[in-house]
Amino acid sequence: MEPPRPDPEALLRAAAQEGRGRLKIFLGAAPGVGKTYEMLSEGMARRRDGVDVVIGVVETHGRAETEALTRGHEIVPRREVAYEGRTLREMDLDAILARAPRLVLVDELAHTNAPGSRHPKRHQDVAELLAAGIDVYSTVNIQHVESLNDVVASFTRVRVRETVPDSVFETAEIEVVDIPPDELIERLKAGKVYLPQEATRALGHFFSKSNLSALRELALRRAAQAVDARMLDDVRALGLGGTWAGGDRIVVAINELPGCDALVRAAKRVADGLRGPWTALFVDTPRSAHFTDDEHARVAATMTLAAQLGAAVATVPAPNVVEGIQSFLTDARATQLVIGKSRRSRWFELRHGSVVDRLIRDTPNVTVHVLPMPTVADTRRPARRRSGQPGTPIGYAVTTFLIAAITALATALFHILDLGNVALLYLLPVMVAASLFGLRTGLYAGLVSSLAYNFFFLPPVGTFSVNNPENILSVFVLLGIAIATSQLTARVRVQADLAAASARTNATLAGFVRQIAAINDLDVAAQMICDDLRRLLQVQVVLLSTPLGGPLDVLAASDPSYRLDTMDLAAAKWAFDTGSPAGKGSGTLAASEWLFQPLKVGDRVLGVLGVANEAGGDPVRADRLPLLSSLIDQSALVLERLRLQAEMRDVDVVRTRDRLRAALLSSVSHDLRTPLTAVIAAAAQLHDGATPDLIATIEGEAARLNRFVANLLDMARVEAGALKLRIEATDLSDAVAGAAHDARRALKGHGVQLDVPPDLPLVRVDPQLLHHCLLNLLDNAGRYGDPGTEIVVEGRNRFGELRLAVLDHGPGLPPGREGEVFETFRRLEGSDRVAGGTGLGLAIVKAFADAMGLGVEAANRADATGAAFTLIFPAALIVREPLPESTA
Amino acid sequence: MPARILVVDDDAAIRRLLRNTLLRAGHDVIEAGDGKTALRQAAAEHPDAVLLDLGLPDRDGLSLIPLLRAAGEAVILVVSARDAVEEKVTALDLGADDFVTKPFDTDELLARLRVALRHRERSEAPPHIVRRGDLTIDFDTRTVRRGDTDLHLTRKEYDVLGLLARHIGRVVTHDRILTSCWSGDEDPRIEYLRIIIRNLRQKLEPPGEIGSVIANELGVGYRLRADG
Repeated sequence: MEPPRPDPEALLRAAAQEGRGRLKIFLGAAPGVGKTYEMLSEGMARRRDGVDVVIGVVETHGRAETEALTRGHEIVPRREVAYEGRTLREMDLDAILARAPRLVLVDELAHTNAPGSRHPKRHQDVAELLAAGIDVYSTVNIQHVESLNDVVASFTRVRVRETVPDSVFETAEIEVVDIPPDELIERLKAGKVYLPQEATRALGHFFSKSNLSALRELALRRAAQAVDARMLDDVRALGLGGTWAGGDRIVVAINELPGCDALVRAAKRVADGLRGPWTALFVDTPRSAHFTDDEHARVAATMTLAAQLGAAVATVPAPNVVEGIQSFLTDARATQLVIGKSRRSRWFELRHGSVVDRLIRDTPNVTVHVLPMPTVADTRRPARRRSGQPGTPIGYAVTTFLIAAITALATALFHILDLGNVALLYLLPVMVAASLFGLRTGLYAGLVSSLAYNFFFLPPVGTFSVNNPENILSVFVLLGIAIATSQLTARVRVQADLAAASARTNATLAGFVRQIAAINDLDVAAQMICDDLRRLLQVQVVLLSTPLGGPLDVLAASDPSYRLDTMDLAAAKWAFDTGSPAGKGSGTLAASEWLFQPLKVGDRVLGVLGVANEAGGDPVRADRLPLLSSLIDQSALVLERLRLQAEMRDVDVVRTRDRLRAALLSSVSHDLRTPLTAVIAAAAQLHDGATPDLIATIEGEAARLNRFVANLLDMARVEAGALKLRIEATDLSDAVAGAAHDARRALKGHGVQLDVPPDLPLVRVDPQLLHHCLLNLLDNAGRYGDPGTEIVVEGRNRFGELRLAVLDHGPGLPPGREGEVFETFRRLEGSDRVAGGTGLGLAIVKAFADAMGLGVEAANRADATGAAFTLIFPAALIVREPLPESTA
Repeated sequence: MPARILVVDDDAAIRRLLRNTLLRAGHDVIEAGDGKTALRQAAAEHPDAVLLDLGLPDRDGLSLIPLLRAAGEAVILVVSARDAVEEKVTALDLGADDFVTKPFDTDELLARLRVALRHRERSEAPPHIVRRGDLTIDFDTRTVRRGDTDLHLTRKEYDVLGLLARHIGRVVTHDRILTSCWSGDEDPRIEYLRIIIRNLRQKLEPPGEIGSVIANELGVGYRLRADG
């Protein structure tokens, strides 16, 4: 038998709950049932158990017994927010997070925060508290539950604006605070129920016994549902039971008309009842292109609401609504469809057919729920080109000309044609007119053709009278063909338009991807993303990321004058940290002018893309959202690719460094041990009496060691990036003389000629680093120059730059490979005839020269008698200022 | 001229080497392995000179300099393996008389010590005349002679050479030269000093022997070499 297979989704949900705080909701049927009182007393009980409890916010409404219960608790002071001249006192979320209690009591979950708060709704504050691992007790009345909002409003006629999404209830423990309706009415009469001023009008109706009973039932049912859902989740996580797999899938079709919110809430109830996943679907038909901004906004708002209620959202392009819905139902294997039936005029239905009727007829396997929607006028929009297009004067002229031509042709050929053939000829202008110029012109062609046929060919010729009934038929056939052809062509044209639009989108995306694929630099790629999005969506764009693991920072912007205030940055950080959208049009920090979307690959958030509309409207139109999300996905992939490339580069760097380290170790062991061996051996022989020879050996080898250690230290400083420059005006003749003095031991056996004119200008370099460069060059010349030959140091002022060359007489450098001598640990072939020398020296020359901005050159002498190493001091380093009189 | 020398170094081998060298030169040697002992020895034994290593186990050698200065008249010679220019300048600014970088040449070390001790003896009265080989600098007549010939120096050249001569054998930092030889309304810049030194070299040093009279301590300052 197959072992039970745990449902991964349910396991994930369970895992996500670990480490989070737990939410307990005290659910009431109506105000006044005593939720706050119940919450406080239970909080008190927990406190007595030793739990760290604080009050985040509690409204006592001056009730004495409730007030008394708050006294035992620590209360986190509220935050004061100035708003339109009033001071609002809101729960201080950050203070609670900083206080980090085990349990916090937060009254009135459905509360709307003052504008400018971090979250527009209190339940979002609560979500953040839960995420921080803090348990929360909260209270809410049943009419504030999002999906029940309409239901409650339908029988109480009181609609509350403050709602709490159902998702909040899904993970919460729910306790129904229940008192019988009679008792509640008693309490109301005794003045024990606080109600806001504006609500008192509706009071009489709201608190009727029947209403309260219904509300009570709703509350109890909702609580039972929550228990059910959790149990089911547990069962699924354990892999027990298995009836959900082939369960119901619900699709709700929305459109641009008002009233779709109710449709979405109804679908949520259906989905909850059936425990199935649900999707809100918008069909993008050619009509959408003519939507007003209001209509776009309405679609976007409805989609957002659906997403908040837990729906997946989808937009599919299709030539008409029915086809779009049908293909989506098939693809999604949906079992339930929720649609609204708008009460349109009869005329509209006659012309367009009823969408609902066709869906019910053509989708046999789907249960269709039809909800009434508000009546809308059909005259909102002017008639558009398509079937009803009036046609152009040119169209009519061409058609008339064609018919005349056909008439002339038929007259000319009438002696070999019969009547039927003539009628066929007349089909030609009708089809041409209908397909090229639309229905009206087609009908005109049909009419004129039949009149011409009648007048010129049907007996009695020369009159419009018809004496044969079958000829009447041919007139109707011509008209019918005109209608059919124009309809077919119009349809084909619509589909072609759709295909073209989709091709445009694809081409846009493809172009974007192609361009950006060639970029290997993060900054360039980021700038290109911003510029392209701006061009494609006509919005302001910023891209933020955390380069080098630092704080979130702006990487690029489409417009250099962009502005991000504290609120915007908070939204960006939120989007980056949580991986969900924030800012304008989202549920979080909506007061920001920007909408920030995370750039995600898998679970890794690589950056945040912010878009804003300069005009201040919605950042991106609803119909552009799919394009935006595709572009965002592509951008995220690009960032991921660059990140991986950078990682690869780092690996390469590490590998190179390892290779260098290995080379260094081998050279160190060789170059340190050789002179040490000599020193130790010579010292041992000193016991037998010191000879000048032995002493010279010890001194020479020790000096070599010292020189080598100095080079190692220098190289280490270069490698560690710890070179600190102390640039000073320096006299080259002085520097060369000093270096020659210090290198005198290495130059032993060579003649040294210093040819540095004393009138060379001063140069700005680090004297210490220059000294080490010169020491190494002299050391190198002493080592590779043939013994007894002369080493020349030559300073020249040439074409505005100073060149300082060290020339030796010797084998020189292998032709064509002169530049390689500066690579670390490079000892050119044939060079190890001289003991010692790690190849560090010339690498240090190069590194130091680079640091000071000097050029270096290695070449063979012009007369091929040896090597020439040249330091080049560019004009920028030369001191040119005139010196004051007093120094002259 | 035997003197009492305090050797401060944490490395016993170096202390032994220095002791042998100094004893052979006729000096009296006291030793200290860390900063605390050094201060105690300096207070108790009143040495004439301190050879101070900067890398001590218990404290930074630089911080000892002002304390040693305050404790007595001893000249302070810094002996350190650290090669940083800043540190040399700081040591001189704090009151050290001179510095020698490890690994050092023992002859060089003894010469520097001799110069420093000599300066200490007559530090009260500035000299009237300084002689170095065939070079004579007469502060009373403000003349500089080489053998029997008068050398014609500009005022600035004379100022700089005079300052170096008063500290003959010891390094004088760039800053010190610039502040004492350039007056307030002039712009003291190292470029000008370089030119002055170059001019002095041309007048004092034989061709091809740059540095034989005035030594350039890279990044720190200049020194008039003590013996010709």
